[in-house]
Amino acid sequence: MGKLYDELTEDYRFKEGLKTCINCGTCTAICPAAEFYRYDPRKIVDTVQRRDEEGILELLKSETIWYCGECMSCVTRCPRGNGPGLVVMALRNLSTKLGYFTESEKGRQLYPLTKALTGNILNLGYCVHPDTFVFRDHPESGPVFEWVLEHKQDVYDRMGAAYGRQGEGALRIIPQEDLDELKAIFDETGGTERIELVEKFSEKKAAEMGMTIEEYRKYTFEHCSRGHFNNEEAGI
Amino acid sequence: MIYQGKQKIWSDYQKEIPDDHWFYVRSCIRQSFFPASEYYFLKICRDMLGRDIYESAHHTTCAGIAYHCDTIPQETAMTVVARQFALMTEAGYKNLVTSCITSFGNYCEILETWREFPELEARIREKLWKACRREFEKPEYIAHASDLVYKLRDEIASRAKYRLVDAASGEPLRVVEHIGCHYSKMFPHKGVGGAEYPCVLSGMAEAWGGKVIDYPERRHCCGFGFRQYFVKANRGYSVSNTHKKFESMEPYHPDMIITNCPGCPYFLDRWQYVIAEQEGKTYGKGGRGIPVLTYEELAGIVLGIDPWDLGLQIHQVGPEPLLDKMGVEYDPSRKYLGLDEKDILKPGLPTVLKCC
Ligand code: SF4
Ligand code: SF4
Repeated sequence: MGKLYDELTEDYRFKEGLKTCINCGTCTAICPAAEFYRYDPRKIVDTVQRRDEEGILELLKSETIWYCGECMSCVTRCPRGNGPGLVVMALRNLSTKLGYFTESEKGRQLYPLTKALTGNILNLGYCVHPDTFVFRDHPESGPVFEWVLEHKQDVYDRMGAAYGRQGEGALRIIPQEDLDELKAIFDETGGTERIELVEKFSEKKAAEMGMTIEEYRKYTFEHCSRGHFNNEEAGI
Repeated sequence: MIYQGKQKIWSDYQKEIPDDHWFYVRSCIRQSFFPASEYYFLKICRDMLGRDIYESAHHTTCAGIAYHCDTIPQETAMTVVARQFALMTEAGYKNLVTSCITSFGNYCEILETWREFPELEARIREKLWKACRREFEKPEYIAHASDLVYKLRDEIASRAKYRLVDAASGEPLRVVEHIGCHYSKMFPHKGVGGAEYPCVLSGMAEAWGGKVIDYPERRHCCGFGFRQYFVKANRGYSVSNTHKKFESMEPYHPDMIITNCPGCPYFLDRWQYVIAEQEGKTYGKGGRGIPVLTYEELAGIVLGIDPWDLGLQIHQVGPEPLLDKMGVEYDPSRKYLGLDEKDILKPGLPTVLKCC
């Protein structure tokens, strides 16, 4: 058995996600990512099932594994009870641990994602929060949400939320003692180590690309090269 | 024969939803974008229908979004969830109800993984104890908040002020329902009606007088895709999937869309705005969009709660055509007022999409 394959088998998502693939392609047929991206979950599962070490290494460094939307539509439909989406989660996990995620444009997005989401959890107690939801980064939220963000206290008061207040209710302030518990969980379970790892590899890549880490965060969050989608030619 | 076979499948997917005594956990997205939905879920269940639903000020996110954006290890997500279970246990509850489909899927996945790999559960118990000095019992029942509303749908119908019918013609409204991928695609037996015949939302819509539309892309993802939305560079994926759904439902002329997951109504609402601004295409009548509602908002409308108390003004697609068709009374001049009639200005208007 190969080394990378062995590492994958340690991941519980892999244990659950790969039984026996018969290469039928049902997952690809149902997959919303395959419809738009150059993405084929059947091929991913096949590469891994064949224990093709070179192929697995290529996947860990690829754009491919980052195209999945983790919708798990494939789980319902696979006639052999596999979960290609779960296999992808295990591949992403390994790509992150080994630092290969910085080799692809879509993989590098792990840096802005980690900054934003773990920052929100540890500081505000939730993955998403209006205090860090910046309209400039979310023009799709529309003029109505620009207005909400400009009048947060008034709008959320009107909606029966507890924004800015202690106690129960939507958007309440999470007590410091509870945030401390979340931090302790991150420290105990490898969450903190994961954040530091992503930072370390991203800083190295940013330096290679001649960017400050903040320039890198912004660039990886916003830049989309041509060639990811089925209907376009490769290019910059 | 075939009919009996279907009955059998159907009975496999029925859920015995407990009637009362729930520990409630909120949703990152619902509380940020549809806060009044959470407020009225509790108000309807507690004050109108007399159910006991408990909320602890100490609960937090389940970390499901961070998990599905691959930013935290599986054990971190599991231990955050174990802490929620501990709070439930400490409060003396056995049934957990969550306001989010990502959370619902996350809780179901974790319990299933622990069932299959008990050594992992033991490890998480140890880690939770080390980090927080807490212990927990696993919930006897996990529901999504919509499961409860589904269970209470006839009680709501019996108190209805309005029905999902065209007030002028008496015809049922045409309802598109979207249950969200993580409700029953991973663990079909956990959702009412499973993955094949999910009826959590269609059951509500029909109980309240509407007619559910079946259209080709009914079960297609809304396009959230976690990292495919949160990273600006990836949003083409998200809007493309939503676009596919709208093109597919358009010929059926829906009056409204009802949603399960807190993310889906945001995407189905906001991508209509983006498609209108970018392509000039709108899916409602007269340059408007199709109103997209959460199930709490719909229950609230049916019960006669003021649409602006329910928060329909913070959707980008205006709800007015739906309200007018149902004959709902509302005061347009109060739409954007704050508490105690405070003037807090008004949002700007989109260029293409007609809003009010
Ligand atoms: S649907 Fe299942 S068996 Fe078919 S190719 Fe995909 S993973 Fe393999
Ligand atoms: S989980 Fe990933 S691979 Fe599976 S259907 Fe969804 S996008 Fe495709």
